[in-house]
Amino acid sequence: MSAGNGTGPYGGRGNNDASIVKPGSGSSTVAAGPGGDPRPARGTRPFLEGRGMTGGYGRGPDILHDCTIAVNPGEIAVIVGPNGAGKSTAMKAIFGMLDLRAGTVVLDGTDITALSPQDRVARGMGFVPQTGNIFTTMTVEENLEMGAFIRRDDIAPTMEQVYDLFPILRDKRRQQAGELSGGQRQQVAVGRALMTRPKVLMLDEPTAGVSPIVMDELFDRIIEVARTGLPVLMVEQNARQALEIADRGYVLVQGANAHTGTGPGLLADAEVRRSFLGG
Amino acid sequence: MDFLNALVALLNFVVVPATAYGAQLALGALGVTLVYGILRFSNFAHGDTMAFGTMATILFTWGLQAAGISLGPVPTALLALPAGIAAAALLVLGTDRAVYRFYRRRKANPVILVIVSMGVMFIYNGLVRLVIGPGDRNFDDGARFIFTVRDFREATGLDEGVGLRTSQAITVITAVIVVAVLFWFLNHTRTGKSMRAFSDNEDLALLSGINPERVVMVTWLIVAALATVAGVLYGLDKSFRPLTYFQLLLPIFAAAIVGGLGSPLGAIAGGFVIAFSEVTITYAWKKVLEYLLPQSLEPSGLVQLLSTDYKFAVSFMILVVVLLFRPTGLFRGKSV
Repeated sequence: MSAGNGTGPYGGRGNNDASIVKPGSGSSTVAAGPGGDPRPARGTRPFLEGRGMTGGYGRGPDILHDCTIAVNPGEIAVIVGPNGAGKSTAMKAIFGMLDLRAGTVVLDGTDITALSPQDRVARGMGFVPQTGNIFTTMTVEENLEMGAFIRRDDIAPTMEQVYDLFPILRDKRRQQAGELSGGQRQQVAVGRALMTRPKVLMLDEPTAGVSPIVMDELFDRIIEVARTGLPVLMVEQNARQALEIADRGYVLVQGANAHTGTGPGLLADAEVRRSFLGG
Repeated sequence: MDFLNALVALLNFVVVPATAYGAQLALGALGVTLVYGILRFSNFAHGDTMAFGTMATILFTWGLQAAGISLGPVPTALLALPAGIAAAALLVLGTDRAVYRFYRRRKANPVILVIVSMGVMFIYNGLVRLVIGPGDRNFDDGARFIFTVRDFREATGLDEGVGLRTSQAITVITAVIVVAVLFWFLNHTRTGKSMRAFSDNEDLALLSGINPERVVMVTWLIVAALATVAGVLYGLDKSFRPLTYFQLLLPIFAAAIVGGLGSPLGAIAGGFVIAFSEVTITYAWKKVLEYLLPQSLEPSGLVQLLSTDYKFAVSFMILVVVLLFRPTGLFRGKSV
């Protein structure tokens, strides 16, 4: 509970809409172009990387333009940006939910660009969609069991780990997931994804629609997950709070990398603050 | 004494027949609701799947009878039932391969699949008539009654009696066993849970690595078994006639929708709601009322709300009322 987003220099709550671009400041940011090298720090090879991704949904127009997102082993990477910047699209592209016209996705040194989302799950990617991310008519425990469907070994230890991480789920294990509160549903959703014992966890706006208090708790849990050594890639609306816990932050604008850096670095960047964080 | 007589008459003419009929409808509605939950369309061929399974069972029953095999007081058809189920399973799996899979791959709109299932319905319909003919077939052998009205009257000394036919008892017992096994399967096995997960949230089920083709195959196997069991029980209780099975489609759909499409529990409740409404509304209450009311108030007519010829109107009325006031059904299924 105490792991830190309330203690940082920008710890104030209530800036949930901070990622919406302030009127009039958008064009100058785009013109500023990529700030810094989108690729992670030299020397370490990213565990998961979508490199130079260009593409859109179906036959529609391109939404992503030469967009690069990478997660290092054991780190939290966060994608932020104004509404409609293609944050979720970038994550879906990495997960194989849209066809790329250019670019590659590399997981742990293997090119997985051609794999279907299901195959990527089998390769160790855990994905929590923004909506429809739990089986509402099934109990919490059944949700976790279904998460581990591809596994044939004993899933009980993993389930214990998930219950240790989200103690509330242990109390509600026999309850239908659809009856839980928003924050508890998100915990079920993350827990379900963890049941495959993924090598990388991808969260699409895990705090959408939950109260600030629940949001803080969810972030704490995500930090705990990352501390176990599991790299986390996350799309977030709450840019300020997300960047505080991020080892690496990506600011997307109109489907392209606008700024890249460490979370605290981006928070300190005057231009990023002016354009995305409300000063 | 009059009250007891009224109660016994009610039991004999309403409760026992409606319970057996309700169990048959419930089994039929379970099949419809499973197809709706997993394959996401209303399967109009279900009545004729029942007819095909029953026909196959009858053919095997004849074979057993010709070979001189019988179960004594229990109908031989129960012995032929597994073979009938296997035949129906082959038919629906073959149909899925040849027809439904094509539309599933194209992610066809459910309404297209409904029309497709109508085409399948006509083919099954013709197939059954070609093989066994359109006429009535009675294949119930074994003991006809467990106890008759006369046995009951002699044992109790009442004016009225209640009889229990073997087919009615078998219907209820079989239905209870089948439903118990089905619910155990859906709630406690890995495959059953994956079916519920697939029905609940298809995208997330795919993300969890659940193989849709396998879920669909298991669903068709279960549907074939349910349809054949329901059809054979109905045929034992009444008689087998292809047209009757086609007409059963309406009360079965009414039961599935009243209970809530996609909800197995709802299908069972819906089956009994429809059966009891149909029987009570088409029953002539004169006899029961004569026992209950003082002489001066005795009805002169039959007190039959609706002629049995109009029994399908009852299903329609309930269907309309439910769709108007509670479109998701009693058990919160999917809205139609």
